[in-house]
Amino acid sequence: MLKIDNLQVRVAGKDIIKGLDLEIRAGEVHAIMGPNGAGKSTLGHVLAGREGYEVTGGSVTFEGIDLLALEPEARAAAGVFLAFQYPVEIPGVNNTYFLRAALNAQRKQRGEAELDSMQFLKRVREKLAVLHLKDELLHRAVNEGFSGGEKKRNEIFQMALLEPKLAILDETDSGLDIDALKMVAHGVNAMRDPGRAFLLITHYQRLLDYIVPDVVHVLADGRIVESGDKSLALKLEEHGYAWVAERKLAGAG
Amino acid sequence: MEAPLLDALTADPPAAAVPWLGQARAAALAALRRDGLPDTRVEAWKYTSLRALAQRRLLRDDAGAATRPVGAQALDGIDAQAPRMVFVNGRFRADLSRLPDLAGLTLRSLADTLVHDPEAVRAAFAQRDGGVAEAFARLNTAAAADGAVLHVAAGVQVSAPLQIVWIGAPAEADLAWHARMLIELEAGAALTLVEHHVADAAHAHLGNLLVRCVVGAGATLAWATLQDAAPGSSLIRRSEATLAEAAQLRLHTLETGAQFVRHDLAVDLAGDGARLVSRGVFALRGRQHADTHLDVRHLARDTACDLVWRGVADERSRGVFHGAITIAPGADGSDAQLSNKNLLLSPNAEIDTQPVLEIHADEVKAAHGATVGQLDERALFYLRSRGIPAEDARTLLTQAFCAAVFADVEPVALRERLLARLGGPDGALA
Repeated sequence: MLKIDNLQVRVAGKDIIKGLDLEIRAGEVHAIMGPNGAGKSTLGHVLAGREGYEVTGGSVTFEGIDLLALEPEARAAAGVFLAFQYPVEIPGVNNTYFLRAALNAQRKQRGEAELDSMQFLKRVREKLAVLHLKDELLHRAVNEGFSGGEKKRNEIFQMALLEPKLAILDETDSGLDIDALKMVAHGVNAMRDPGRAFLLITHYQRLLDYIVPDVVHVLADGRIVESGDKSLALKLEEHGYAWVAERKLAGAG
Repeated sequence: MEAPLLDALTADPPAAAVPWLGQARAAALAALRRDGLPDTRVEAWKYTSLRALAQRRLLRDDAGAATRPVGAQALDGIDAQAPRMVFVNGRFRADLSRLPDLAGLTLRSLADTLVHDPEAVRAAFAQRDGGVAEAFARLNTAAAADGAVLHVAAGVQVSAPLQIVWIGAPAEADLAWHARMLIELEAGAALTLVEHHVADAAHAHLGNLLVRCVVGAGATLAWATLQDAAPGSSLIRRSEATLAEAAQLRLHTLETGAQFVRHDLAVDLAGDGARLVSRGVFALRGRQHADTHLDVRHLARDTACDLVWRGVADERSRGVFHGAITIAPGADGSDAQLSNKNLLLSPNAEIDTQPVLEIHADEVKAAHGATVGQLDERALFYLRSRGIPAEDARTLLTQAFCAAVFADVEPVALRERLLARLGGPDGALA
């Protein structure tokens, strides 16, 4: 589904991603772990199409198309979703309107019929229940005045509503208490599907207790330095990121 | 400044039915002929040049306004059931109006009042002269022959919003109209006004509206203005209000129309505990120019003003905002808040903003801030990352930026009308 080949990215004149390879097949859950500054969030932003990230080499194909050539909204319509580490507050824009506009804009770009408000609300109510979000959030402005946990759950709620093919979760676990973490994990697990893939970007192993990944990668200094099954996350938790750096040096020597 | 405009407009002043009016008109005319129009060396006109306007030769008044046909579409968006006073090119039109029959509420046209009860408006014509900066007020005194005279008796609470509709209609040639609105709320009265400026069809008239307003002790005036005048027209609007003890004035203003707009709002908080709330938005495009000047004076104890204005300038438009608050000696316990945020959507647009705070009293609370910025790139990316096309995302964020100002407008129907004028689809704006 997603194939990243020797990706190199520069941000503000500084090389952040330095030759990253990654392949994710439909139905798989991949986790990318790594220390602060390794380039984890940069990867998420580049895949979603944020401006200011200069791709200096390599390629990203999503279902056979050149993802990097698409505008952010076209990537969304193609089925790529990024759950933000810091969801943006947008005062003045009604949450329900935003969600429906997003869903229908995607459907329109895909040549599908737009949902009317009855169909849309039915879908919204189903997804809200899964995440234990209150109806009341729908009537507020997008993310405005939401608690940290509400913002993160709102991201997962949007994901549930938009039903992407590839969902990238950028540190969705950070700042969540255990109950909120479980709700988020439940929301993600409920969406696991042979046709859908997930890329979990996280600093901590904790999230992976609840969303069990198929593959775990360690990202350090802009490259994937180690890949393995879920036990790799446990080893990291035990030994810390310094352990990876040492192994990398040993391998290089 | 050489001003063919003034030569044309002052050549043949309207006859005055009563001597004091004749004197007031003559005095204003003499001052006008002596000082002319302000140029940009006059501080209050620093960012707004009258050069182009001054060169125009406009007809003085619309002789055909009383019978000029107006298309039904001009009254679209105006609540058909609610009471209203309608003016065409500055002239009151009884045939288009719907006057309520409510004890304690008096609505008359100025023309009618000047004939039948001139003493009722004498004080309003005998007010101070603000110098060359207020040249258009002088012109108004010299030439205004019609307008609205509103009076609400003590303790009378008028619940239905009253609509004042100014329709600009094309005439044989472009013209200038001068109208005056006089509003008085006696103690404990309450009134809601919704003022519309709309166009019947394309024209390039100059409207010159002067409003004088007295809000009595404990009275409340809520007033919304939706300015959507013809794209080629000019509108000079000066509002002066005096608030007595514990009086409240709540103003909501949305300026989207006209080519050239100057809006002066001068409010005196003259009685203890008087309170002004002003919320406004100007949203400009093309080569529009809009200049808003607020001048609030705290003259008594425990008075409050809360001013929140936002501006948007796109394409080659230019916005000017000047917010002045003065807290006079003895106006202790005053609370003054002013915020003006602006959004520039084009590298060729310009917004000049200047908050001015002068404090001569003790124990006051005062804060002001002004910013000029661009759309939040993070918010734009967030919307696009969810599938909303870039152009739609920009429009939505711009509308939302403006809508925040109208969050607390009552009644809800009025709020929805303001939001609709911002161009947002139903339900888009929170």
